[in-house]
Amino acid sequence: MNTVTEKAARSAVTTAQLPLAQEPRNPGMPLDMDWVRAVQANTSAIERRAASLPGRRSVKKEFQAAWLLKAITMIDLTTLAGDDTAGRVRRLCAKAASPVRQDILDALGMGPITTGAVCVYHDMIGIAVEALQGTGIPVAAVSTGFPAGLSPYPLRVAEIRESVKAGADEIDIVISRRHVLTGNWQALYDEMAEFRKACGDAHVKAILATGELGTLRNVARASLVCMMAGADFIKTSTGKESVNATLPVSLVMIRAIRAYHEATGYRVGYKPAGGISKAKDAVTYLTLLKDELGPRWLQPDLFRFGASSLLGDIERQLEHHVTGRYSAGYRHAMG
Amino acid sequence: MNVQDIFDSMDYGPAPESAAEAQAWLDSHKRSFGHWIGGKWTKPGRTFASRNPADSKLLAKVSQATAKDVTAAVTSARNAQAAWAKDAKRRAQVLYAIARLIQKQSRLFAVLETLDNGKPIRESRDIDIPLVARHFYYHAGMAQLMDEELPDRAPLGVCGQIIPWNFPLLMLAWKVAPALAMGNTVVLKPAEYTSLTALLFADLSREAGVPPGVLNIVTGDGKVGEMIVGHKDIDKIAFTGSTSVGRRIREATAGSGKKLTLELGGKSPYIVFDDADIDSAIEGLVDAIWFNQGQVCCAGSRLLVQEGIAETFYSRLRRRMDGLRMGDPLDKCIDVGAVVDPVQLKTITDLVASSGGDIYQPETDLPENGCYYPPTLITGLSPADNLMQEEIFGPVLVGSTFRTPAEAVELANNTRYGLAATLWTENVNLALDVAPKLAAGVVWVNATNLFDAAAGFGGVRESGFGREGGWEGLLAYTKTRSASGAVAPIKPAPAPATAKAVDLDRTAKLFIGGKQARPDGGYSRAVWSPKGKLLGHAGLANRKDLRNAVEAMNAASSWGKTTGHLRAQILYYMGENLSARADEFAHRINDMTGKRGGKAEVEASIDRLFTWAAWADKHDGRAKGVPIRGIALAMNEPVGKIGAFAPDDAPLLGFVSIVAASMAMGNRLAIMGSEPYPLAATDFYQVLETSDVPNGVVNILTGSHAEIAPQMAGHMDIDAVWSFSSSDLSATIEREAAGNLKRTWVNNGKERDWSQASAREFLSAATEIKTVWVPYGE
Repeated sequence: MNTVTEKAARSAVTTAQLPLAQEPRNPGMPLDMDWVRAVQANTSAIERRAASLPGRRSVKKEFQAAWLLKAITMIDLTTLAGDDTAGRVRRLCAKAASPVRQDILDALGMGPITTGAVCVYHDMIGIAVEALQGTGIPVAAVSTGFPAGLSPYPLRVAEIRESVKAGADEIDIVISRRHVLTGNWQALYDEMAEFRKACGDAHVKAILATGELGTLRNVARASLVCMMAGADFIKTSTGKESVNATLPVSLVMIRAIRAYHEATGYRVGYKPAGGISKAKDAVTYLTLLKDELGPRWLQPDLFRFGASSLLGDIERQLEHHVTGRYSAGYRHAMG
Repeated sequence: MNVQDIFDSMDYGPAPESAAEAQAWLDSHKRSFGHWIGGKWTKPGRTFASRNPADSKLLAKVSQATAKDVTAAVTSARNAQAAWAKDAKRRAQVLYAIARLIQKQSRLFAVLETLDNGKPIRESRDIDIPLVARHFYYHAGMAQLMDEELPDRAPLGVCGQIIPWNFPLLMLAWKVAPALAMGNTVVLKPAEYTSLTALLFADLSREAGVPPGVLNIVTGDGKVGEMIVGHKDIDKIAFTGSTSVGRRIREATAGSGKKLTLELGGKSPYIVFDDADIDSAIEGLVDAIWFNQGQVCCAGSRLLVQEGIAETFYSRLRRRMDGLRMGDPLDKCIDVGAVVDPVQLKTITDLVASSGGDIYQPETDLPENGCYYPPTLITGLSPADNLMQEEIFGPVLVGSTFRTPAEAVELANNTRYGLAATLWTENVNLALDVAPKLAAGVVWVNATNLFDAAAGFGGVRESGFGREGGWEGLLAYTKTRSASGAVAPIKPAPAPATAKAVDLDRTAKLFIGGKQARPDGGYSRAVWSPKGKLLGHAGLANRKDLRNAVEAMNAASSWGKTTGHLRAQILYYMGENLSARADEFAHRINDMTGKRGGKAEVEASIDRLFTWAAWADKHDGRAKGVPIRGIALAMNEPVGKIGAFAPDDAPLLGFVSIVAASMAMGNRLAIMGSEPYPLAATDFYQVLETSDVPNGVVNILTGSHAEIAPQMAGHMDIDAVWSFSSSDLSATIEREAAGNLKRTWVNNGKERDWSQASAREFLSAATEIKTVWVPYGE
């Protein structure tokens, strides 16, 4: 059976999260080395912008509640551990389908929401697909020898095909960091283009592992090359590097997305992953996105948080908004 | 809007900061203030309204000081000064307590500042107030170190300080902290639009243990400023504000002996090279020209973009402007607040309306009431356009393009101002090449509007003189401890009844551009010895000779770029060549003065040349420890073209001291030799000619000091004038210097001990400190 048709049949709810549902998909473009080489990223200026942003933007009261609810719909609820089991993944899927207590939603006057996706290893795809049946929540799978991306190249490409076959709607690939570190942009482009091709209709997020790229300039150039090679999303990290998503790195990647959109007209999505665990941080990321990229990116088809503990903090903040009293973690259902 | 609607629109909402505490403080004073004099409030006198520019509501009534109030404040400051100057360690404790108090009441200060001034609460909270605290901490340290590190410096006495409305409390801190640290007492006048945080500061100063009379604050408009400027018992005036008012203060204080520092206007260039991180450079502009609604003296208001990237730069900049949020300054989600007053709003509106450029203003929602002006970009202007030259002092950026780095520098420097400059490039060679070439007191590389108490701030040209912050800032609030008597006027020896001519005529000419030149006017004066011997003739220079000397200095501009090592060699060589002719010079001095000190004076002059040769490559700058990842380099640059009047009493030694000190630091010089004894100067050009001194670096004039003084001080292409003449020139020079606000160093009729090199004084007068901020990181 054709996987796309199968997915369509499976999704009773509109899969608004998927970029291809709303936006023309980034087809990529030939590698433009003039452009890549011209890219600059001034670290200290970028850090100053990132550092001052939380002081420049503030969202309060019902606005804060609405923004936090929106953030939930952008979370790729993730479990990527060696001890994952079917039970653990099902539990996570259940939480993805009902991320916020109903009485809180009622008090806020909100209809049902879900997280953006559930993100798992290949072996858990089938379980997740089954558990999410009828929810409209896509399954994302990390792939290509995640997290290091150093398994044999043909196996990495094959892994993508296997995951798509298993029902993953989104594939989070890892790039070969060495291509960036040695300035072999052609190799990075070719690799990304082949991964993209292997994904077929599943959409592809390119994990740059920014914590291992050495400089923000490298982050900017790698972002651009991956978009040129057809990435639907660019993503900061595997969550396994010692430094994961940061605001400066996000600013660099977001600006690359903006430049790519200005040049080609295609919108590429952004996913910071790892290290975002507080509701306040989530709001800061959303303001960064809104101010630097524009409001169109504040939808789950163009933005995701790769996070596991963020949801819990947001739930507590939402309850505080409703009751005026600080909440406790155990008052909210586990994922 | 309900939660679901916001969830769909993802709009920003209101995020107001509460003004309750600040309003309560105003209420506790019944919204009516007198002056703070002698550690007490006076009764409110004739008052004027202080309004919130965001909604035009009355905040408080503030008193207009009378002459009596100002005198009471000055007297109170005078009476408190001696005791305050005694104990530097105690001063350190008081300044530390002030710093702590600022931090403890930081939100109260921030909210009150925003209410009074209209700047976004983000700025007053995250920038102004933390910098205020930083300034007091830093200068608490300076007080602590003063006895050890500045043993030869003494306080000036009573300082009159007049500050602007754009950074009310921060400017107070910049003025008050160094003044108090060095043992001065102050009478400060805040701007009439924004007096309130100064009054809160006064109110809290009691809690920091500031002794009565050390800090006095009088309020009112420019008339009160004039009273302070004109007050006889004030030793120093420090002013930050407009260039036109600064010029008037320069004129008003001329000849009074009052020390003066001026921090004035600017039209600071913001240069973007084609290899810059464009997005970061655009974000920098937000902090350059839309910071504090552009009401910043050092605002990067003149955008210069390299042609190849101009279109993409402008289009990305316009997009960024679309995202700026205007509105209630107390809203924590606002980028641009209200301009300070309806008067200022009208000025900005009229200036923009007069422009012929391509105007862009984003479709930003403006609040209905209050003084709001949208962020504005005007492109397609050339240097000849009024708006490229005039300071707008509002959120208006004007833009133009350049082709090469050399052209960027030329355009950047095509202004009467010289406060700050910003440049963006990822090329370290380009950055470090361009930064020293920019006529500015502060240069930011890949950043903008960075400030710190440790880094000097201040301008060149018509942006004023003096530095605030750092060790260099202390010079503005101290003097050397040495006391000196009045300089005795010296008259030329009169022509004798019966003249005895020399055997063979010797013709002393002027020395301009490396050539001996006859005086333009065709007049000379006979120089007689006291014994009635004709020693020679000296030309009487006029304004055209001075003009020619300035042209010659212009032609010698590369002198400022020579190495200290080269200048040292030339100065040593001058010493050597003077030594070779020591007897001749000694006799000449003895002949002219009728005394026997010639030999000693020549020996001292050779020694002085060696001293300045020694200094030529040793006046090092500093790398300041500023609280960023990066460095702030304090670089000593030549002042440029100096005009000088040599002393009459030490015709060779004084002359040589001035020549050597200015040359050593890379300056060019037009110097009037001693009026009664001009031949010591004219003989010296033969030393210059034999010592590889490039043409035009030193130009020697002779004649009437009094005639040349107004010409020299009024010349728009001279950067500084020094006078050690025994003629009474100080008032004339200081008054005429107001034209282009050149630096002056005059003797005010006091004598100087020329046997001392006084290197620190000369070094400081012969150099401008440029602070180059270089944040780094990869």
